[in-house]
Amino acid sequence: MRNNRFYLVIGVLFCLSYLATSFVDNQYYFFAGYAILQLMVMALAWNILGGYAGYVNFGSAAFFGLGAYSAIVVLQLFDATLFTQIIVAGCFSGLVGFGTGYLTLRLRGVYFAIATLALLVVSETLIVNWDYVGGAAGAYVLPKRNPDILGVLVVGKSGALFGNYKELLFFLMCTIALITIVICRFIENSKFGRGLAALRDNEEAAESMGVPTLKLKLIATSLSASIMGITGGTFPYYMTFIDPISAFNLDISVNALAMPLIGGTGSWLGPVLGALVLGSLQQVVTVTISSSINLLVVGLFLVAFVIFAPGGFLGLIQKYWKRGG
Amino acid sequence: MFSFELLINAIVIGILLGGFYAALSIGLSISFGLLDIVNIAHPAFIILGAFICFVFNSHYGIDPILMGIIFSPVFFIFGLLIYRIYYERFEKTGAEALRGLAFFFGLMFIIEVILIMFFGVDFQMVQAGYTDFKATFGVVDIPFRMFVPFVFAMLMAIGLQWFSSRTFFGRAMQAVAQDSLALRLMGIDPAKIKTIAFGISIATCSIAGALLVIVIPIEPSVGRLYIGQVFAIVVLGGLGSQSGTLIAAMLLGLVESLITTFFGPSWSPAVAFGALILVLAFKPTGILGRVGDTRG
Repeated sequence: MRNNRFYLVIGVLFCLSYLATSFVDNQYYFFAGYAILQLMVMALAWNILGGYAGYVNFGSAAFFGLGAYSAIVVLQLFDATLFTQIIVAGCFSGLVGFGTGYLTLRLRGVYFAIATLALLVVSETLIVNWDYVGGAAGAYVLPKRNPDILGVLVVGKSGALFGNYKELLFFLMCTIALITIVICRFIENSKFGRGLAALRDNEEAAESMGVPTLKLKLIATSLSASIMGITGGTFPYYMTFIDPISAFNLDISVNALAMPLIGGTGSWLGPVLGALVLGSLQQVVTVTISSSINLLVVGLFLVAFVIFAPGGFLGLIQKYWKRGG
Repeated sequence: MFSFELLINAIVIGILLGGFYAALSIGLSISFGLLDIVNIAHPAFIILGAFICFVFNSHYGIDPILMGIIFSPVFFIFGLLIYRIYYERFEKTGAEALRGLAFFFGLMFIIEVILIMFFGVDFQMVQAGYTDFKATFGVVDIPFRMFVPFVFAMLMAIGLQWFSSRTFFGRAMQAVAQDSLALRLMGIDPAKIKTIAFGISIATCSIAGALLVIVIPIEPSVGRLYIGQVFAIVVLGGLGSQSGTLIAAMLLGLVESLITTFFGPSWSPAVAFGALILVLAFKPTGILGRVGDTRG
């Protein structure tokens, strides 16, 4: 029964996100909405490894940036469509995640955290020195005119599914977010998720009870990295310009880590709440004050929450309910 | 392209750079190496120290290194406070792995943005009597902008090495790292020792910051670049071994200087992190590390 209601809500949201693209005129909402949804997907992906398994990933921006740049590479090589780009981005980042995990996940969690940070800088340096994808100067992405899928016009002035690329990307990111939510919820209720929870609480105990900890960690890392890659895969289209500094920015990492810790790491609802509240706040602050302040907002919230409210929003809500009832 | 002259100069600069890296990472070798506190904000504290030196230098013309030494007690107290919060909120409750890491990550961004609000994102540098001076021996140039920090870095590294191996408190620090339960059983509170040790590690940031601002121009987010160097050096040096840290710093300085000279500066950021990934993957105990340190 609860299951049905969950999928009903997901379905309704999916339809609403498409309807919004045809009824809302102000393009700013799609621009800001996309930014918030991107934060949400990154937060959910971070939480698969960080929240469920307890391994901190500082290198979210590495997987994001590699996704973005693999999209650029296939665009340069084959003139690929957006859909292909996203698939390739997801696969490549997932593979890199697997490799990093394989090398470092057998060590203590701290080393994994530092290694992901290392991956971020190494991959940024590689891209800076690779002229084929624009090097340090960056690359422009010109969206195709009148793209179609199976004869149906996707983006165009009239008779198309979407009026412009911003609307298409908003809808796409919404779909990705909803799918990620479904995946996260599925993980939480599955044997896989319980295995991750077991190794988070006590890795040695879990291992000795027969939980294949390394295998579970590797699956979680690859999955998390590939979702981040997919998010990055749409990024060049959103910005229409991409350079290593914006694609591999540490700000992306801190956001991906802060949203779940502020929202609550135990369940998919935590990152979603964190991203909605903090993402909207960031948009407001960026518009009203300045964009460097929104990092301060994230930093202050993050530190305040980890010190005073370790359960995040979810923990606070639960506490409030208990007191009330 | 290749010339002997270039090579000799690259090696000299590499050694000077290595000494400077030792100053940046020696504090972290205490906090991360000995106390197991993953202070990812360590470079941010160094930048904070560097900006304090910059302010006093540009307004009153005070020597940055003097300023760094004057301010180190303030940083020491700052470190005590931070460790108290860290201990009460994360170590006691066993949450240091996830929330403790996030705490320092958040702290790093707070320091950075506050510095941006005060100083903007322009590069700043300091002036002192020796900064533009250069000594030449045959084909070898020794810029004093790097040599003076090198000398002070060495003094600091050797001083800390002496402190931690010869004094009572230094040995107590080593004891906390080896077996804090045994220490507790002998009636000593490890938290007390760790508090002071963490204070010392933050105090080194003030001096390291002074050296940093002499060596290169700084801006608030430049600290991000050094996270790699300092962690690579501490891990490579074998966690908590001061002499290992010094050797690792020299090694990294040399490699980086050679790569910058012969392949171009755009490759140098990858050196530290590339080394770090390789070390973690193949020899996680570092050069002088003990076996079995890396699994918790």
